[in-house]
Amino acid sequence: MSAAESGADASQPLVELRKATRIIGTEVKTTLVADIDLAIAPGEFVAVTGPSGSGKSSLLYLMGLLDVPTSGSVFVQGRETTRLPEEQLAAIRLSTLGFVFQFHFLLPELTALENVTLPMRALKQRNVREMRDRGMELLTSLGLQDHAHKTPDKMSGGQRQRVAIARSLANEPSVVLADEPTGNLDTASGEQVLKIFREIVDARVDGVAGRSMVFVTHDLDLAARADRRVHIVDGRIVSDE
Amino acid sequence: MSLVLSIALTHVRARARQTLVGVLGVATGVGFSVMMAALMEGSQRDFTAQLIDAMPHISVTDTQRNPPVQPAQKAFDAVAIRGLKTPVSRPGIKNPYALMASIEAWLPGGVAPSVQAKAVIRFAGRDTAANVIGIDPKREVKVSKLPEQIRQGSLDDLYKSSNAVILGDRLAKKIGARIGNTLSLTAGNGRTMSVTVVAFSHTGVSQVDETQVHTLIKTAQILAGQTGLVNEIRIKTRDALAARDIAARIEGESGYKAVSWQEANEDLLSAFQIRNIIIYAVVGAILLVASFGTYNIISTITHEKTRDIAIMKSLGIPARTVRAIFVSEAIVIGLIGMAAGWVLGYFLSVGMGRIEIRSPFMDTTHLPIYYAASHYLLAGAVALAASLIAGYFPARKAASVRPVEIIRGAS
Repeated sequence: MSAAESGADASQPLVELRKATRIIGTEVKTTLVADIDLAIAPGEFVAVTGPSGSGKSSLLYLMGLLDVPTSGSVFVQGRETTRLPEEQLAAIRLSTLGFVFQFHFLLPELTALENVTLPMRALKQRNVREMRDRGMELLTSLGLQDHAHKTPDKMSGGQRQRVAIARSLANEPSVVLADEPTGNLDTASGEQVLKIFREIVDARVDGVAGRSMVFVTHDLDLAARADRRVHIVDGRIVSDE
Repeated sequence: MSLVLSIALTHVRARARQTLVGVLGVATGVGFSVMMAALMEGSQRDFTAQLIDAMPHISVTDTQRNPPVQPAQKAFDAVAIRGLKTPVSRPGIKNPYALMASIEAWLPGGVAPSVQAKAVIRFAGRDTAANVIGIDPKREVKVSKLPEQIRQGSLDDLYKSSNAVILGDRLAKKIGARIGNTLSLTAGNGRTMSVTVVAFSHTGVSQVDETQVHTLIKTAQILAGQTGLVNEIRIKTRDALAARDIAARIEGESGYKAVSWQEANEDLLSAFQIRNIIIYAVVGAILLVASFGTYNIISTITHEKTRDIAIMKSLGIPARTVRAIFVSEAIVIGLIGMAAGWVLGYFLSVGMGRIEIRSPFMDTTHLPIYYAASHYLLAGAVALAASLIAGYFPARKAASVRPVEIIRGAS
């Protein structure tokens, strides 16, 4: 749910990393990100840029609680999450965070509508009818009302990515995290996705700033469309403007 | 439908061929288990029924389970006695009719006296060994199926001529005797008497039909040379399974050895137990092999679905839900396999029941099949448990997938 809906302090960062470092490997250690301090406020539209292997995706995974820092902390809506068990991290991901990946990552046997309602079914806060209505509403808002009952293999790349965006919004998350969401799309589809992202951020709930959007890209033109750009090189933030 | 079940069914449907193989594995296991159990229990029940029908439930004989204790041994614990001879006792049960009356006073069922004697039949110049059984036809009908086993003539024909006998049909065939023929019977004590064949009996057990001769109790007493002799009291109880306890009571009250049908066939009954263990082990092995198939399928699906598992977990679907999805798939395979196995098992049992068995020792018969819901429930429960275990391990592995590793690799 959005910050406004959750009743969270509007000035409090939705996601915050404090001195977050992630190192992988046991014998040969590789530092993915180091000493990251980053806070995402409600309603922010943030692009994370950097060359390949700079740690952009790793940063996003830490923000999305898909990975835990080797040192430092990650806060989501003011709650320290580093030492939480996997079940609780999964619960926060389900209710608070939305994900869009470079590859659409839809479940191939499910229809577009079933894919969109999947997080709602896991959260169990709506009845079947409400879930279906919300799923159709999201698909319609993304121009996919005629594709609701198609499986991903019968849809174009752009359509699949829009279904993935609809799925990321299913549980009305506070923050949507997108990893190279346009990386696999043609220019027109990429433009459309960015437009949708902008609409997600600009949508306000009761006049209060709503969702934040953080997307990773190596395309500086796309990054220029965001309100804030975080540039990362060798796992460290080198600029934040 | 719940999220877990709908995804599980989607996976199972999407892999129809693999699912079919898994279902066939479980169905074969359940089907053959049901058939084996039906055959096993059928043969056991058939054999037991034949055993119970063919012989009295309890046989009280003129012997004692332990040799009589010497008076000196009763008086002195530490006394050593050498050279003692076991006293010669007159054969037969003392006051047999009084004993029978006392048994009949409390035991519902039939009680009949009999005289057992070994003899040699001389007919047409040939000598053949025979077991002569003297019976009281009026009481005999209460303890044996002899009237139904008469092939030519009737049990009452024993009264129609003096020294009448009923021969086992194989014995008659062996010596070439016909109804109305006169035979010579010689007992172990040398006493010889002429008897007339009035009927043939047929139990279906070759060994019995080749040696058995029935006559009136009085005729057998004359042959044994002892008037009033009764050396066996045969009892048929209403509840055949209570025979052991009743035999113990009779033995306690009379002092004579009373042998129940269970005791008389203890070696056979224990052989049944061993056979049951072997068959259940084989059936268990069949179901175990079937469960390997299920394990293989769920493992394959889990492996193929690693990316989907990572997606679900990245969305926040808990590990327990992921685990439940794959366990449910195994249960779905187990349930369909169980139902198919029941049908297969039923038709296999019917098919087996139609097979004719020809034996030189027994009448031609069909394989005995016993249909019981418990066979189906047991095989189904074991198959489901095996499927559950087979699905649990790959499901646990699936639930432990770290989504970030898969997503990072896919990216």
